[in-house]
Amino acid sequence: MSVESTRKSPDSEGASSVGAPDVHVKTAGESAPPAATVASASRNPLNSLMAGSAGRNLGLVIALVLLCIVGVATAGDRFASVDNIMTILRLAAVIGVVSIGMTFVISGGGIDLSVGAIVALASVWATTLATQTMAADFHWILMVFTALAVGAGCGLVNGTLIAYGRIAPFIATLAMLAAARGLAEIIAQRRTQIVTNRDFIDFFQASVLGVPVLVIIFAIVAIIGWVLLNRTTFGRRTLAVGGNAEAARLAGIKVQRQTMYLYILLGLACGLAAVMLMARTTTGTSTHGGLYELDAIAAVVIGGTLLSGGRGTIVGTVFGVLIFTTLTNVFTLNNLGISTQAVAKGIIIIAAVLLQQRVAVRRGSP
Amino acid sequence: MAGNDASTLLGMADIVKRFPGVVALGGVDLDVRPGEVHCLLGQNGAGKSTLIKVLAGVHRPDEGVITWEGEEVHFAHPQAAMDMGIATIYQELDLVEGLTVAENIYLGHEMSRFGFSQRRAATKSAAALLKRLGHPEISPSAEVGTLSAAGQQIVSMARALSHHAKLIIMDEPSAVLDAGEVERLFHVIRDLTDEGVAIIYISHRLEEIRTVGDRVTVLKDGKTVATGLPAKETPTTEVIRLMTGRSIEYVFPSRGTVPDAEPLLRVDGLSRRGEFHDVSFTVRPGEVLGLAGLVGAGRSEIIETVYGARKNDAGTVEVAGKKLRPGSVQAAVAAGVGLAPEERKSQALLLGDSVATNISMASLTRFSRSGIIDRQAERTAAIDQVESLDVRPTGVDREMRTLSGGNQQKVVLARWLLRGCRVLLLDEPTRGVDVGARSEIYALVRKLADDGVAVVVVSSEIEEVLGLSDRVLVIGEGSVLHEAPADQLDEHQVLDIIMRGDAA
Repeated sequence: MSVESTRKSPDSEGASSVGAPDVHVKTAGESAPPAATVASASRNPLNSLMAGSAGRNLGLVIALVLLCIVGVATAGDRFASVDNIMTILRLAAVIGVVSIGMTFVISGGGIDLSVGAIVALASVWATTLATQTMAADFHWILMVFTALAVGAGCGLVNGTLIAYGRIAPFIATLAMLAAARGLAEIIAQRRTQIVTNRDFIDFFQASVLGVPVLVIIFAIVAIIGWVLLNRTTFGRRTLAVGGNAEAARLAGIKVQRQTMYLYILLGLACGLAAVMLMARTTTGTSTHGGLYELDAIAAVVIGGTLLSGGRGTIVGTVFGVLIFTTLTNVFTLNNLGISTQAVAKGIIIIAAVLLQQRVAVRRGSP
Repeated sequence: MAGNDASTLLGMADIVKRFPGVVALGGVDLDVRPGEVHCLLGQNGAGKSTLIKVLAGVHRPDEGVITWEGEEVHFAHPQAAMDMGIATIYQELDLVEGLTVAENIYLGHEMSRFGFSQRRAATKSAAALLKRLGHPEISPSAEVGTLSAAGQQIVSMARALSHHAKLIIMDEPSAVLDAGEVERLFHVIRDLTDEGVAIIYISHRLEEIRTVGDRVTVLKDGKTVATGLPAKETPTTEVIRLMTGRSIEYVFPSRGTVPDAEPLLRVDGLSRRGEFHDVSFTVRPGEVLGLAGLVGAGRSEIIETVYGARKNDAGTVEVAGKKLRPGSVQAAVAAGVGLAPEERKSQALLLGDSVATNISMASLTRFSRSGIIDRQAERTAAIDQVESLDVRPTGVDREMRTLSGGNQQKVVLARWLLRGCRVLLLDEPTRGVDVGARSEIYALVRKLADDGVAVVVVSSEIEEVLGLSDRVLVIGEGSVLHEAPADQLDEHQVLDIIMRGDAA
């Protein structure tokens, strides 16, 4: 029998001093690099700026500036007028509010395809004869409440199905996309409902110090969104759930409830967007909000929010919305069709995501 | 089996594999002959898994020579090892559940003509392979997801044969099988070896090794400590002696006396179907209770259930005399229980976030007023924890993923210390932690206990459980096999209890 047996046990060539059997040799301490060098490296101002949010947003600022230069070069004063800038901002406001809400859902590890449909349903529901009659008797704020309630209700359904029914967000909101727009068509009987309440329209179409109310609303929503995401327990939990749901659960965070809240929040944003759209177009119709889901997701993603969740940026989303809206504006001023715009949008999305991946790799490597 | 005249199929000499901060293999020698069952023994962390991955072409060795049929070889990728004739059957079977048996067997080398898959030919030859393995009852057209664990294992083996494997590596194949299935598996193994196929068989069940094995190689701390031992004749005490024994340098802090107090954590008759049953224990404040047992014994499942992360079928968990709501992590956390889970990266950390965020994660409400986080207070608290636990580097704004394993573990502990928890459940607290940091973690655990925390430690390193705990439960196959004060047990006894598998 071959017994090559028992090699290399106690006679091993001194790689690590094998002490006497029951003597515990100590190793602790002084293994780490001197802390001072590490700290000073991360304190380098330029480095920390580039690694921080300013660095991430720099690319977006550059892109927006480039777009503006192209705008001025090709359309001159027609682009660079106060009127045109306000037009861009007014257009950006509606999709912007939706995109802020979408930033939360995506940061929390979800996705919502139904936002456009919810906007349509809320706009229709808030402009039915019944609602408008009540609003005329009481106050136009009733139309606003109706739209918000419809939005939040749809969000509640989405959130419940996803968080407690364990349906994939993609599927649950795809179903809502179909159902909500269908319901909007039924309620409106495929007709365009005119907003008759002058006070409502006057309020939302007004300007304060030259800034349209719609734009002010967008700004307020963005600020609230920024505070909520970056400064509150709600935001922190959102990022924790999106970053690592299992870790969040084991740290005692109510993952399901948080997830549900996110969809309700986005539903509310859609309701508000519906109000703004009703004011801008003076109509409520089941065709409102077409392809908003794509525009919102695109704006959020090029803004730098991780599609897989765990990291979100409101500032980035605002830039994302402005970039797309400005692009549309520049193309329109140059009489380039919707189709050309769509191609350009597609290219921008891919370029932005490729760039993001590069940055992510570089951040991950050291 | 003959001695040196038999030609060597596979030879490994002085294989070294390093990972950042750890030497996983520090000099492994192994030779496998055609037609033999070569058993690989070693405790958890001895380097068995790494060795398998080196052989399967998943990892490339940093040093050393691998020879195959007498010629030196290098596996650039898993396919290269497979092409050479080495097939690996992992513990976590790597089958595609939605595909059929035949499709799984020929996955990656489908039978096709002009790009069209030849389903009938594949089905036929799959059936032939299954028959050869003594399992003609498995239908080639059945979906793999519908098969039992044993059936899936056979499919994996058929896949290995379809590659004309000359060497099949089996990683604890019996872990998922019942006694009858193990018997049939041994039949299959014997048939294969009769045809000249060599098997590397990994198991911790000594009786299996005696039944099916020819020769044994023992690994410890990434090194071959003995190779070529006759599987049937080597006495058990000798095998255990080779597997155990201190060689790693770290300190266990000295134990104090556990204050005589009412138990803080009381677990009574806890059961979860298919995982563990009727587990009872108590832990007093200031006490460290160790759960020893091998991977798969149910230890992690037990403490995750205590924590409410899994819902128990029967039994109760009480903290300070109050029953916890079953299956509720929030209830456990509210009662002052904290868990440092086994898979630190996937279960505990937000790797892309800062150290401060990770530390404050379970105590957010403490740093917030009407929902707004006081970031200065949060930061200060995190810095306090980082300093008191000596997390290095010290910056709390640093991205979590840049920390070493030991420091990541300290952050997880910091999270629960900040929360002020009274019961701490630690699952494999030093997994992926380098030797130096281990001692620090041990000292920390002891210090926590001295401060009155009730600690439960789960580890597959028996030495660690014995060194760190005041009292030890030996867990095997989902039950408590033995309970004793840690200083009245040694590594041999524990391993013996586990390997015999019955209550002592």
